[in-house]
Amino acid sequence: MAFDDNDNKLWLSGNEAIALGAWEAGVQVASGYPGTPSTEIMGNLVRYEGVYGEWAPNEKVGLEVAIGASFAGVRAFATMKHVGVNVAADPLFTASYTGGRGGLVVLTADDPQMHSSQNEQDNRNYAFAAKLPMLEPSDPAEAKAMMRTAFELSERFDCPVLFRTTTRIAHVKGVVEKGERVATKPASVEKMPAKFVMLPGNARMRRAEIEKRMAAARELAETLPENRVEQGSGRRGFICAGTSYNYVKEAFPEAPVLKLGMVWPLPEGMIRDFAATVDELIVVEELDPFLETHIKAMGIDCHGKDLIPSQGELNSFIVRKAVEPDSVGELFAPLDLPMRPPNMCAGCPHRGIFYNLSKMKDVFVSGDIGCYTLGFLPPLSAMDSCVCMGASVTVAHGMSKALGEDGMGKVVAVLGDSTFMHSGMTGLLNAVYNESNATVIILDNRTTAMTGHQNNPASGKNIKGEPAHAVNLEKLCEAIGVPRVRVVNPHEINKTKKVLKEEIASPDPSVVISRAPCVLLPEMVKAKKPVYFTNLENCSGCMACVRLGCPAISWHPLTPEQAEERGYTKKQKGYAEITEVQCNGCGQCAELCKFEAISTREEN
Amino acid sequence: MRQSGNILFSGVGGQGILLASELTAYAQLEAGFDVKKSEVHGMAQRGGSVEAHLRYGERVYSPLIDPGTADILVAFEILEAARYLPYLHKDSAVVVNTQKILPPAVALGKMEYPDNILDELTDRGIKVVAIDAFAVAKEVGELRTANVAMVGAMSNFLAASPQVFLDVIDKKVKPAFREVNKQAFEAGRKLVYN
Ligand SMILES: Cc1ncc(C[n+]2csc(CCOP(=O)(O)OP(=O)(O)O)c2C)c(N)n1
Ligand code: SF4
Ligand code: SF4
Repeated sequence: MAFDDNDNKLWLSGNEAIALGAWEAGVQVASGYPGTPSTEIMGNLVRYEGVYGEWAPNEKVGLEVAIGASFAGVRAFATMKHVGVNVAADPLFTASYTGGRGGLVVLTADDPQMHSSQNEQDNRNYAFAAKLPMLEPSDPAEAKAMMRTAFELSERFDCPVLFRTTTRIAHVKGVVEKGERVATKPASVEKMPAKFVMLPGNARMRRAEIEKRMAAARELAETLPENRVEQGSGRRGFICAGTSYNYVKEAFPEAPVLKLGMVWPLPEGMIRDFAATVDELIVVEELDPFLETHIKAMGIDCHGKDLIPSQGELNSFIVRKAVEPDSVGELFAPLDLPMRPPNMCAGCPHRGIFYNLSKMKDVFVSGDIGCYTLGFLPPLSAMDSCVCMGASVTVAHGMSKALGEDGMGKVVAVLGDSTFMHSGMTGLLNAVYNESNATVIILDNRTTAMTGHQNNPASGKNIKGEPAHAVNLEKLCEAIGVPRVRVVNPHEINKTKKVLKEEIASPDPSVVISRAPCVLLPEMVKAKKPVYFTNLENCSGCMACVRLGCPAISWHPLTPEQAEERGYTKKQKGYAEITEVQCNGCGQCAELCKFEAISTREEN
Repeated sequence: MRQSGNILFSGVGGQGILLASELTAYAQLEAGFDVKKSEVHGMAQRGGSVEAHLRYGERVYSPLIDPGTADILVAFEILEAARYLPYLHKDSAVVVNTQKILPPAVALGKMEYPDNILDELTDRGIKVVAIDAFAVAKEVGELRTANVAMVGAMSNFLAASPQVFLDVIDKKVKPAFREVNKQAFEAGRKLVYN
């Protein structure tokens, strides 16, 4: 059968293809921080022989590790999601000056439509701003092939090369052909201070080099096979790149197309020649008018965002409709249905914390990014802000300073263990140093759950699941100078409530570590706890358990007659019931029930 | 035999849509088609609505099914069938699992689960095949095979022979689960025309 491991043809996701491409390109060191839709690249890459790969605590660290490896002469790779590049922007902009020795590729996975992100920034703008070449594939097969080009360009132009994907590259599966790994070079130490020490004097010299290499890259763009014209018929031509190319090919299969594989710098001559062959030129791109703006700056007239939406993803229907509005037929209208947003899992430890916070109506909950962001949704509705990773602590501190005495006991920050490692620590340092009265709750579920359970420096395991040092969060907070550090088991709702109340009331900065593993961790799935069930005859319909928002608990409304039939009083409005196959045995609901209606089969 | 087509999978995170769409993709590859499949990971998997788009043909560019062009919708839950109405056309076939999973607003008693919502599809002339995939899975003795029973039911609408799917199960499913999955596939397949 085709497409099994021995075949040359593989059926791979874009991320799997990129990992394969990086390996074939001879990558020896890779570092990244998880983030949808980039995460699976690193997980796949570490399975190959001859590659050292790691999870870094954040994207800046990851990129700097890759820069170090490049300085040592080997090919190096850093992966991150689009907002991760904001975190790594500092080293990125100066690595543009230093260049390296081994090829260095920085992957940015953008998320138009915000399937799993807090914004939909278009990271092609980074290529322009940092003066770096950027490649953008259209499907998994191209993604694999372009990895090699990216490393070659990086070494040829002595600079990092940006590699941009989007959700519809990263999480699309397609047919990919396997190749050979190129010969790798051994690492070595070579001192090149004029190139690597970015003091003003050296940096001014390197600044001139940037202009030279970008001029050379512009010239190469004219003949790079990744930029190509596909002849067609008709007087209307399209310029596109990335996944937009696919939509143009489906919507207008006959039309001439200039497909750009390198989206920065642009092949001006090629674009000019192509424009001359058509009467109407349309640039089709998701998000910003990046290509359009630069093409117009060449003095070439074209359509772009006057037709094509600049928000969200495209598809071929949207492209066809934008260009030829009369060509698309009527669709069935959507039905008005209850939405199905995501929810924290049954038995999620975070729920216990947010349940308690949901009862503290006058407390502002400065939130952060992770599974726990879902604590924002009803019925808990217990998160009041969420900006970017790490901002929970700093925003809480800023609020408490603005509020002064009035803010006492009114502001808490909530963040996960991975987020605390990523960028929460520095904020906490500031909160202590500058005498905050905010309380910080660290949700230590032993993993980076949101992105698919990657290990982090607090997990005690490395990227391969091998034992690694686990940072001691209590001692770390103490070393930072937090005078009050408490640890709670979030499943114990009442005990947790008491600790939270005490710490929120305290005028000192304090940290509450909420410690219980994510229920989806393999060891938790294996050690499945006894599940709970509802003794329906005892249920009084008080809804105390329903307010947890556990997906295993459902509310069944009753008419007065139905209530009587079931042996309840007429006044009882309904009853709650646990779906046992969904229950993960956390016991939170049982603690909330005052009528002994919830227990395990063993207790019963 | 159809030369190209669009198969949309929809359901609730955790129902096994990815495996179902994966088996179907391999079967179409075996049948000699170019195939692209698109899925969304991350936030959407925490019990929310999930979808996977599968397109096959001689040469497939776009990984996304356009609204109004899904030839087959394989829905693992009733509401998640109705939600994708704008993707259907009047000749679409819908294979839907009769399971109901209450969305949060319904579980909290704030909204009601709509009754007879599949009538909205049949009223528009769409062919709807409702099957109890969970019952099939119970019968073969492994609850986690409901997704493969759905693939079995859906396979009636594809040209690929059932043997292709069984071969794919042999290759892609862990040995311990192969037999039950094959049984679930066969039982699901029989449910459509019996
Ligand atoms: C700068 C940046 N990098 C990566 C991400 C992707 N991301 C979102 S939440 C998260 C980590 C969540 O882990 P943790 O804080 O431990 O919470 P959990 O999901 O385990 O509850 C990551 C990596 C992001 N949003 N921003
Ligand atoms: S994956 Fe883990 S942390 Fe995320 S919602 Fe589920 S139990 Fe909670
Ligand atoms: S014990 Fe209660 S709250 Fe916990 S998972 Fe089971 S039903 Fe949900």
